[in-house]
Amino acid sequence: MNVVELDKVTIRVGGRSVLSNVSFSVGDAEFIGVLGPNGAGKTTLMRTLLGLIRPTGGTVRVLGKSPMRGNPEIGYLPQMRTVTPELGMRGIDFIASSVNGERWGLAITTRADRRVIEQTLMAVGATALADRPLSDMSGGERQRLLLAQALLGSPRLLLLDEPLISLDPRHQEAVIDLVRQFCRDRGITVLFSAHELNQLLGALDRVLYLGRGQAVLGSIDEVVTAPVLSRLYGADINVVRTEGHIFVMSRGRNIERHDHLHHEHAHEYHQHSSHAGSMPGGASYRST
Amino acid sequence: MFEYDFMINAFSAAGIVAVVSGLVGYFLVMRGQTFAGHALSHIGFAGATGAGLIGLSPLWGLVGFTLVAGLGMGLLGERLSGRDVAIGIVLSLALGFGLLFLHYYTSFATQATAVLFGNVLAVDHPTIVILASLSAIILVALSILMRPLVFASLQPELAEAKGVSLRYISMAFLAVVGLTVSACAQIVGVLMVFTLMVGPPAAAQRVVTGLWTGLGLAATLALTYVWLGLTVAFYTDWPVSFCIALLSGCGYLLSLAAPRQHLRVEGMMQEAHEL
Repeated sequence: MNVVELDKVTIRVGGRSVLSNVSFSVGDAEFIGVLGPNGAGKTTLMRTLLGLIRPTGGTVRVLGKSPMRGNPEIGYLPQMRTVTPELGMRGIDFIASSVNGERWGLAITTRADRRVIEQTLMAVGATALADRPLSDMSGGERQRLLLAQALLGSPRLLLLDEPLISLDPRHQEAVIDLVRQFCRDRGITVLFSAHELNQLLGALDRVLYLGRGQAVLGSIDEVVTAPVLSRLYGADINVVRTEGHIFVMSRGRNIERHDHLHHEHAHEYHQHSSHAGSMPGGASYRST
Repeated sequence: MFEYDFMINAFSAAGIVAVVSGLVGYFLVMRGQTFAGHALSHIGFAGATGAGLIGLSPLWGLVGFTLVAGLGMGLLGERLSGRDVAIGIVLSLALGFGLLFLHYYTSFATQATAVLFGNVLAVDHPTIVILASLSAIILVALSILMRPLVFASLQPELAEAKGVSLRYISMAFLAVVGLTVSACAQIVGVLMVFTLMVGPPAAAQRVVTGLWTGLGLAATLALTYVWLGLTVAFYTDWPVSFCIALLSGCGYLLSLAAPRQHLRVEGMMQEAHEL
């Protein structure tokens, strides 16, 4: 069965056509990198799969059913993460808020809920984050915590919207490896949106490129080519391959790199060896 | 001091309201909506003086205005949240109307100070019954709302995807805040609701990291401030609201100085060790 299926789907948001007449399908346990310029509809696509946006035309199927809000089989990591930097709440209470968070009543975490959360934290190597306040966590640690949260409740489809934003390269790789490993082991399908293709090269099975209302899904060799990308970007695109890297260039400039730049300012990097809970590999940073 | 009936009344009324204010305020601080709470209290002032003008009890004017304003602010939701300018303008407009009502109903002027700065020593038995009922309603509403409220406050995007209506939650919560502001204003006045609704929870959130421990500490601090404030006021003859405000301010300052908890210290030591 296809996990995600779009058939001649058109989506308009605020009078603007984001996707028009798009069809593709994603199978079981696939790791799909979702790429494309800003505003190409990466977030809109995910919100559609979550049932938050209704397409104006065509049919969308998620795990064989029409998208519906609150589908427990979807794990979601939103892009706009409005975590108050000053929030002094510990990690486990933060995550626990999402467990049955849509139900009325007192926010009591049962012993069973707690066990599930602790198991998931352990699976992503974030056990030590349970008792630490969010205000003390680095960007990488928070991301790991949110990732654990998205994996709660054994989802079959994982929607990760720009999980690499504001992480330094080392942490980005750690997140990719973690998702890759975890989802491959459990047969979870992943839609992983990102600004840069190269980091995902080793992890993804297929790539979904969005641009100018269109979407192309296929292997890297099929999709990341000058003709396809020129069509999606609406500009003359060159694709340069060198030493296992792919550079998408427009008039001699690396456009992905350019897109990505504005996310990388104002961060202060400092080294300290990975104490419990932080990403393996040593480097850690805090946003200022 | 308990040989005086008015002190017993003051202790009961202030105690009930303090606990409720601390609990509701905890969520207000967590959601970053303290300014909205402040605006609600000013709108309440217009309600109180307006009620006086048409011969109603100021308390019911407060309740009515803050309830409606809370629902309205929640309805505007996204468009209003974080709009300090819009809230500030509504706030001063409300105060202006309060002044206008006062202008046409001058005999109410003596009560105006009580509405603005509170007059807990004048609380009588019927008022305690009203405050207790109001508090019961607030607590019931809050316990029904709590789970989706926490979820929507901490992770709005995810809560929305899981089927929580951010708008309804926001409306219901701000209505609860409106009721709490009304009750709180009976103790410390509309201008000083921060002392009970923001001071204690803000301090609590700096000191402890758990959800329930934070709620417990916020309520305990608020209760401590009002009871201690009443006691200090009784022996010094200073205004009660001043004493509560002083304690609330000191409590927050102390919380700034205190380390979050032992784990933070451990983390810092580890970092220092590695350097």
